[in-house]
Amino acid sequence: MGLEQKLSGVSYIATKAEFFINWARKWSLFQYPFVTACCGMEFMSTMCSHFDLARFGAEFPRFTPRQADFLIVVGTISHKQAPILRRVYQQMCVPKWVIAFGACASSGGFYDNYATVQGVDKVIPVDVFIPGCPPRPEMVLDGFMKLQAKIQAEKLDEHSAEKRYRMLP
Amino acid sequence: MQTVDYAPILVMMGLAGFLVVFFYLGSVLLGPKLITKIKLEPFECGHPSQGNPQKRFAVKFYAIAILFLLFDIEAVFLYPWAVSFGSLGLFALIEMAIFLAMLILVFAYVWVKGGLEWD
Repeated sequence: MGLEQKLSGVSYIATKAEFFINWARKWSLFQYPFVTACCGMEFMSTMCSHFDLARFGAEFPRFTPRQADFLIVVGTISHKQAPILRRVYQQMCVPKWVIAFGACASSGGFYDNYATVQGVDKVIPVDVFIPGCPPRPEMVLDGFMKLQAKIQAEKLDEHSAEKRYRMLP
Repeated sequence: MQTVDYAPILVMMGLAGFLVVFFYLGSVLLGPKLITKIKLEPFECGHPSQGNPQKRFAVKFYAIAILFLLFDIEAVFLYPWAVSFGSLGLFALIEMAIFLAMLILVFAYVWVKGGLEWD
């Protein structure tokens, strides 16, 4: 483990380090867009200049999980797709966060049937759910800011295997 | 132009090098590491990797590919010849006839030898 695990016992330094590390993390998320369905259109408009996700430091999509720490699951995930999503998540480096984008990713949406995963939290841990079919870009930005607030509130040893990745490394 | 005019470039290079080292070391020291077997496997868009990329295939494809190249080149020569045939005259016609006769000879040879048979 890195320095942050060693620091986490020393209270004052830990609090200061925690603040700056989390601040750096929340403004430099590198995303892996896992786009499977029509929510992708709203994802595109969120990315483009009208709503401009770049203002939040997450404008750079990486198409390999090695370089990404922020997985956006955009759209319906079928049971056939689920192992692929799980593997992509597992191949991302820690620390990593997940947003379920839209009704289908959050709960299966109106695909209440045997073929669809009823929410990607059945497969991978999810930090923020964004409802809507599809969600408006404002809602996406709101969800993203909630994720940033969550990252800022994290403890230093949050991303240790014992705590966060016990179930799914 | 004085040498000292280039000092900002040197400073810029120094700063850039410092930033690279700073970010790299910061990431190494501060970043949590969690290495698993799945993470070390190659990324194939989420699918488990299967097989060797250097697959073996039948040598028959090689002969077919070479023969294809031969007759492909013939077509490559024929098209510009046909387009500018009007200005070339009788000499070009004879030249092309010789060329095609040689190729037809080759074609007959390949056919007789069984080069076009798959099995």
